[in-house]
Amino acid sequence: MTSFSGIGIEHYIVVGAALFVLGVLGIFLNRKNVIVILMAIELILLAVNINLVAFSAFLGDLTGQVFAMLVLTVAAAEAAIGLAILVIYFRNRGTIAVDDVNRMKG
Amino acid sequence: MANFSSFYFTGAEILLSLAGLVLLMLAAWSGDRSARLVTALACAALIGGAIFSYDLLTNPSYELGGDAFGGLYRMDAFGSFAKILVFLASAACLVIAPRYFEERGGYRGEYPVLILFNAVGMSMMVSAVDFITLYIGLEMSSLSSYVLAAFLRSDQKSAEAGLKYFVLGALASGILLYGISLLYGFTGSTTFIGVGAAMAGDLSTGQLFGIVFVLAGLAFKISAAPFHMWTPDVYEGAPTPVTAFFATAPKVAAVALTARVAMEVFGSQSDAWRQIVMTAALLSIVIGALGAIGQENLKRLLAYSSINNVGFILLGLVVANEAGAAAMLVYLFIYVAMSLGSFVGLLMLRDTEGNLYETFADISGLSTTRPLMAWCLLLLMFSLAGIPPLLGFWAKFVVFQATVEAGLVAFGAIAIAASVIGAFYYIKFVKVMFFDEPAGVVTGKGGRGHWAVLAICTLIVSPLGYLLTPALDVLAGKAAAALLIAS
Repeated sequence: MTSFSGIGIEHYIVVGAALFVLGVLGIFLNRKNVIVILMAIELILLAVNINLVAFSAFLGDLTGQVFAMLVLTVAAAEAAIGLAILVIYFRNRGTIAVDDVNRMKG
Repeated sequence: MANFSSFYFTGAEILLSLAGLVLLMLAAWSGDRSARLVTALACAALIGGAIFSYDLLTNPSYELGGDAFGGLYRMDAFGSFAKILVFLASAACLVIAPRYFEERGGYRGEYPVLILFNAVGMSMMVSAVDFITLYIGLEMSSLSSYVLAAFLRSDQKSAEAGLKYFVLGALASGILLYGISLLYGFTGSTTFIGVGAAMAGDLSTGQLFGIVFVLAGLAFKISAAPFHMWTPDVYEGAPTPVTAFFATAPKVAAVALTARVAMEVFGSQSDAWRQIVMTAALLSIVIGALGAIGQENLKRLLAYSSINNVGFILLGLVVANEAGAAAMLVYLFIYVAMSLGSFVGLLMLRDTEGNLYETFADISGLSTTRPLMAWCLLLLMFSLAGIPPLLGFWAKFVVFQATVEAGLVAFGAIAIAASVIGAFYYIKFVKVMFFDEPAGVVTGKGGRGHWAVLAICTLIVSPLGYLLTPALDVLAGKAAAALLIAS
């Protein structure tokens, strides 16, 4: 990879890893709103995409970029289904607070 | 010619995709009136797919299997064996569904269509030899599973199960995908062969992280401990036919996928992956056995039972030789029969309005009110507990045998001890049915489809099931050999 002002593959990996960790923390530490969880899931998938594209450019191999396209497509389908389930949930319960998702326990 | 064989090898997937698309149109245009017709056709397509896979499995000219679509997909005995199980379990879950949903505000044609697309995804998973195929197959199966869990739109528990399954399933896919991206970066390939070859020799830190993330993501999908926490909630909340489906077909597909990834991709680093899978196997066996003890809800209890069983299946994988892989496949087959049978049994226990009985209090004294039902459940529970002469004993026996022969005696001993603890709650089930005072409630009748599935499952786990074992051994041995040759 041609490095402009010293930016190399490791910087991309660090950004990807940071986004991934933020996404995972967003799912587990968030106590407020399920929509935030959906955003955290998108963040994880974007971290993966940054990794794939950076590796693809670094290795000079197109497979990673093709994979990133497929991940984008699946992420869109996933968001659509997630929001649809959330709508059903809201109709039944009238709330989307994470702390209220507790009908089943044990 | 190469193109023709690609299409021929993927025949089952093509058949099911076309059937799914046509039936989707049929369901969309004719509305809910045709829901039962769509179900029957979907069932026929699944059985057709199973017959096609059986033909590929037994046809001597395809003994060695073959690659399709430039090495993205492989047809071999291992994949065909798993596909037959997946298709038959999916078909059984179609047979038991219509009556259940009709009693709860109407059956809809989307259910069979979703199961069909799910089956396509699962058969792509078991035949994938490239991480891209693996991911697409897995997502195709997962996305339709999320919708199935939330299928009873006006039921609070079902919606909550769908939401929980979606969030944790999406997290698992993300973890798996992150692992795949690391493996791609540190090996330069996405094919199983390419990644496997690049990992021979010393393992770099990036590759090790890749292995850990991929296995963690897969453990989520097969609900192995310590990634099992979604299982009891989702199994309890999802509609019971859907729970029966989750406990069988997707589990077979995910286990087969895990086995292929472990053996073919991580084969040269067996120390690294075996430690992880071994930990997951033992934790699942112990947590599955202990977690079920305090449960009052029968669906939650069976969820813990499935976590426990996954542990035994993984124990077969840890052995990492042909005997272990064959034991794993035999266990999978028997597990599918036991678990399908017990969920269908639960499905048939209803009051006159069609409300399900789901707790121990509801089934007390079942042997006097519904004797035949109680005896079927007795056989299934004793089989799950691994009591001879039922087939569940044989499943555990082959796994222990493979474990001990490979020198993993300590692990076998822990597993046996945990399975004795686990026997407690299966026997409690039987005790409540046979020795407690009848609860005095009239239970509704099951349909003919329910009885048929229950009878088949009970026959398989009964001592008569041993008649199947020679054929099962041959097929499982063939499948295990195919998995080992490739790695």
